[in-house]
Amino acid sequence: MFGWEFPPHISGGLGTACFGLTKGLAKYNTEVLFVVPKAYGDESEEAVRILNASDVPIEITNKVVQQFWDKITLLEVGSNLVPYVGPEEFEKLSSKESSKTETRSEILPGMRFEFSGKYGTNLMEEVARYALVGAVLASKNEFDVIHAHDWLTYSAGVAAKHATGKPLVVHMHATEFDRSGENINHEVFQIEQMGMREADYVIAVSNLTRNTVIERYGIDAKKVFAVHNAVEPADKSDWHHVRAAVDEKIVTFLGRITYQKGPEYFVEAAHKILERDPNVRFVMAGSGDMLNKMIHQVARRRLGSRFHFTGFLRGDNVDRMYAMSDVYVMPSVSEPFGIAPLEAIRTNVPVVISKQSGVSEILVHALKVDFWDTEALADSIYALLNYKGLNKMFHRYGKAEVDNLKWENAALKVIDVYNKAVYG
Amino acid sequence: MNAICLSFHLHQPFRLRTYRFFDIGDNHYYYDEFQNRSIIKRVATRSYLPANQVLLELIERHGKQFRVSFSMSGSVIEQLEMYAPEVIESFKTLAKTGNIEFLAGTYSHSLASLRSKEEFERQVKLHSDKIKQLFNVKPTAFRNSELLYSDKIGTMVADMGYNVILTEGAKHVLGWKSPNFMYCNDVNPKLKVLMRNFQMSDDIAFRFSNKGWSEWPLTADKFAGWVNALDPKFEVINLFMDYETLGEHQWADTGIFDFIRSLPATILKKTKYSFRTPSELAAKLQPVSAVKVPYPISWADTERDLTAWLGNDLQEDAFDNLYSLLPLLKDCSDPDLLRDWNYLQTSDHFYYMSTKWLADGEVHKYFNPYPSPYEAYINYMNVLSDFKLRIERTGGKPGNVINTPEVAAEAESKKPAKAKKAEKHLSTKKTETKKTAPKTKEKKK
Repeated sequence: MFGWEFPPHISGGLGTACFGLTKGLAKYNTEVLFVVPKAYGDESEEAVRILNASDVPIEITNKVVQQFWDKITLLEVGSNLVPYVGPEEFEKLSSKESSKTETRSEILPGMRFEFSGKYGTNLMEEVARYALVGAVLASKNEFDVIHAHDWLTYSAGVAAKHATGKPLVVHMHATEFDRSGENINHEVFQIEQMGMREADYVIAVSNLTRNTVIERYGIDAKKVFAVHNAVEPADKSDWHHVRAAVDEKIVTFLGRITYQKGPEYFVEAAHKILERDPNVRFVMAGSGDMLNKMIHQVARRRLGSRFHFTGFLRGDNVDRMYAMSDVYVMPSVSEPFGIAPLEAIRTNVPVVISKQSGVSEILVHALKVDFWDTEALADSIYALLNYKGLNKMFHRYGKAEVDNLKWENAALKVIDVYNKAVYG
Repeated sequence: MNAICLSFHLHQPFRLRTYRFFDIGDNHYYYDEFQNRSIIKRVATRSYLPANQVLLELIERHGKQFRVSFSMSGSVIEQLEMYAPEVIESFKTLAKTGNIEFLAGTYSHSLASLRSKEEFERQVKLHSDKIKQLFNVKPTAFRNSELLYSDKIGTMVADMGYNVILTEGAKHVLGWKSPNFMYCNDVNPKLKVLMRNFQMSDDIAFRFSNKGWSEWPLTADKFAGWVNALDPKFEVINLFMDYETLGEHQWADTGIFDFIRSLPATILKKTKYSFRTPSELAAKLQPVSAVKVPYPISWADTERDLTAWLGNDLQEDAFDNLYSLLPLLKDCSDPDLLRDWNYLQTSDHFYYMSTKWLADGEVHKYFNPYPSPYEAYINYMNVLSDFKLRIERTGGKPGNVINTPEVAAEAESKKPAKAKKAEKHLSTKKTETKKTAPKTKEKKK
């Protein structure tokens, strides 16, 4: 299995999702060799054996790999390349990396490459080198299926397939369209498309993503399967005593403030509600390239006294924010899956989510609206704040529903795909 | 005596339009006029009219041996009057044959019998008056909404002077007993109780067109064979079903009309059974025993209980909120408010909020205009909030409330420009409402 990160060294949700899946697979006695660009030595090996790409000497003997290397090194790193990562982290990561810009050296047989395993400015070079390592590792280990997570590792997966002839399964956690809207990075798009074409099977994290893969990337529908993500069980009861220090009810948006997350629809819904009922406060937590535009929009609508921005939240503050909220809203324009609402529900906060999110396919106890329908969005929020029947229902069934989204079940579906790949 | 008691039920709710919280206190028109009109017209064309024609022919052919009973909710009657008056005329023609019995019920097709004796009685009287006005007969047999029944409901019905009631032959109350006898109320034995034979009723109503069913296709001969195979001591087979079974739930191309057309002749020729109405049966049959029903039963789902309407927090909260308004309506004389009060009590609104997705869920979905029970609840609560506001503001006296879209439009034009601007975002919605606004708001009766 090729991944880009693994707990505890994670910048986003990709590592968490991979970890959950491998634990699920382990329950069904599936052995996983997990390759990461850089291993720190303290990764949890309860479910997998970690292989560190940085330890692997590169041998360019494979012609396909050589060609691939020549092609891929031309790429430059853009900003939205990584799934599940907030722009803050990205900025932080890339600024750290940019200080040590290095000219790419020739690859000599037997040399090793010290991967950063981050999402820095030389990401593309790392991606390419990782592919070389993939081929080497594949020829030196015993396994039945190659499984590559997101485009960063597709090249490695494809190289490994070419080196060994073993079947390849690629896993779409997010497509380039989810990350960048219509302004896609064509190189990334091409890597994704190449990876899926070369793959024997494609796993998408939702039907929504499956459709994108089929329609936008032209992948044969017969080989694309949706396997919804799950969540690790977690006890959030510690936060139950946390209350907001204001009397009004609090409605929260928590996520990247980018076009794809639909923040402007949240502001519009807030405007509609506050026109009728001033006794509500709205919070937009997070940051992103649309933050300033949102602040302008709030000011123009004169909502300032009831609409608050927290900036980027991390760690405990995220849980605290959930705990203080009465309603959580995720009006995403496009969301391959969407873990955040599940976190909210586990803190017993009812959610309104857009129908354009993968998670809406599996949640029954959530209100679902079209992201553009701000009237329906406002109406749903208002109802959650005012009609107590809803809260009772969500309290009773919501948390149980989320706790039932188990990685074991996702793993079973993944194993089905493996069996198809291996036995046809 | 061996009788088949064939009883058809007609009901359509006044479905609510998408009513946002912005509308609360501002727009008092609640109904999805387009949907209500198109559904009633479709059902009238596909089901009520052709079915009435078939029954008329059967009555002409078989005379007194073929009798049927009907129950019609006040809300379906109002919709027929508004959108398909030819159906009312057709029923009047049927009524003139003298072979038809009209049953009493709740005007709103409500669950009021579970909550308030006074409100229940008010609706029953309203319904009975309506039937008298249309068909010039006063109902003497009772069929509660959804075949709701309990010992307590039975005593209320008996107190109103009815001597027979129709309900579900629910297994959990009958136990080893057969539904094919006359029973009586456990508290007041004067009230006789007819129990639906759900097996044979649903063979027609639900399974008729199901090709996966081992008895498919069902023919009149086969049905008569089943009747003959029954214990000869049985007195009555109660076949109670939605009238929409004929032509709407079972489309004409399933052969349902041919089945109904040939059933009476086959039954009368090949069996000892004839077709009787509830009041005839009440006059002729003595109860074999009392049936004990401490908790309400209904004809819904596999549980035959209340959980289709009052089975979760959404439904219970909405129901409690609705009936918390009862005291406010005591002195209400505003016809618009009273009309909405009737329509908002219709059981269907609660049915839409059901979360019984499994097993019976498929049936629920089929009848549900909302994508989820949550949306059904939210929409209903928005409407109810506005309704409550209106009563509180006017004290239930007419003349104080803006209720018709026309009047609302007029009031709109008188608003200061600033207020209008503030509501600019609502304007599209409003225009829509105006366009579809019915001329329904004229006083009924």
